[in-house]
Amino acid sequence: MSLRRSLLSDSTTAVATHNPDLQHHFASMEQQQDASVMGMWVFLITEIMFFGGMFAGYMIYRYLYYPGFVEGSLHMDFWWGTINTVVLLCSSLTMAMAVRSAQTGQRKAIVGFLVVTIFFGLAFLGIKAVEYDGHWSEHQFPGHGFQLLDEYHQPSPYTSQAEVFFSFYWAMTGFHALHMVIGVGLVSWIAFHAWRGRYGPHYFTPVENVGLYWHFVDLVWIYLYPLLYLISNKHVSG
Amino acid sequence: MSGHIATKKLYVGVWIALMCLTVATAAASRIELGRFNVVLALLIATCKASLVALFFMGVKYVSDKMTIVVIVAGLFWLFILLSLSMTDYISRHWM
Repeated sequence: MSLRRSLLSDSTTAVATHNPDLQHHFASMEQQQDASVMGMWVFLITEIMFFGGMFAGYMIYRYLYYPGFVEGSLHMDFWWGTINTVVLLCSSLTMAMAVRSAQTGQRKAIVGFLVVTIFFGLAFLGIKAVEYDGHWSEHQFPGHGFQLLDEYHQPSPYTSQAEVFFSFYWAMTGFHALHMVIGVGLVSWIAFHAWRGRYGPHYFTPVENVGLYWHFVDLVWIYLYPLLYLISNKHVSG
Repeated sequence: MSGHIATKKLYVGVWIALMCLTVATAAASRIELGRFNVVLALLIATCKASLVALFFMGVKYVSDKMTIVVIVAGLFWLFILLSLSMTDYISRHWM
């Protein structure tokens, strides 16, 4: 934002060489984009604090109820969790490539990469739904009917502690999944406008900001995966 | 990120590194390291998060200094949230 002394975009000289995407309160396209990206980061910081509260709660209860957290983690599906991590990382690559295609002005490539990103996002949500269904049918949802059986199919002595673990599991992955649903919606919206030729090297801020959101949701999962799925190495024997 | 266009090669390279780190964290969780299991897992997760933030999110190429201030301030608040909560619970039985 080094353009403080340059003309505002609604001045006579500026209007002559006007980019239709430049809003009048910005001096240049560059300044407009910088401001927009910074605004997106401010929003992402509020998101970090939102998830941060749950991570702090998780950390405290893990410290207090460690045996119950190990017990709960044993009922996570290691492979679904790992596959979902890979799926999300792939979607981040395609999203980054979509932003790059917008910067270089390749319309078809933007749409293609965004469609693949949507596909990976839906695959993630599908796998998550399979996992949720399994936990639900085994009564691993906190509340009245909560049940946790050990390897001999007896109620686990750590049932009430594990219930806390499952509370965090459902809340954290649930909010993460909600963000994924919103992300798929945003990427679809961007893909539609990209298909209509809205973005190119001169203007691609929406693609960049939706990309930032998508990568942020990926970042949350990068921490959720080891914290929820990989607590105990008993996964191997169990 | 504005203005800077990263190469395809870089993005694919970052993705390969992320895949390798995912395999590493999954494999490391199956080795008994006691307390260090979680330390190692979080260390690898932080490496992955840094790769995503620096390259995919373009933090490395941000030209606007205010954006950097926002990001650093946000991470600092997260650090305060996590560290002060934890020092409280860890030190309660000390007295």
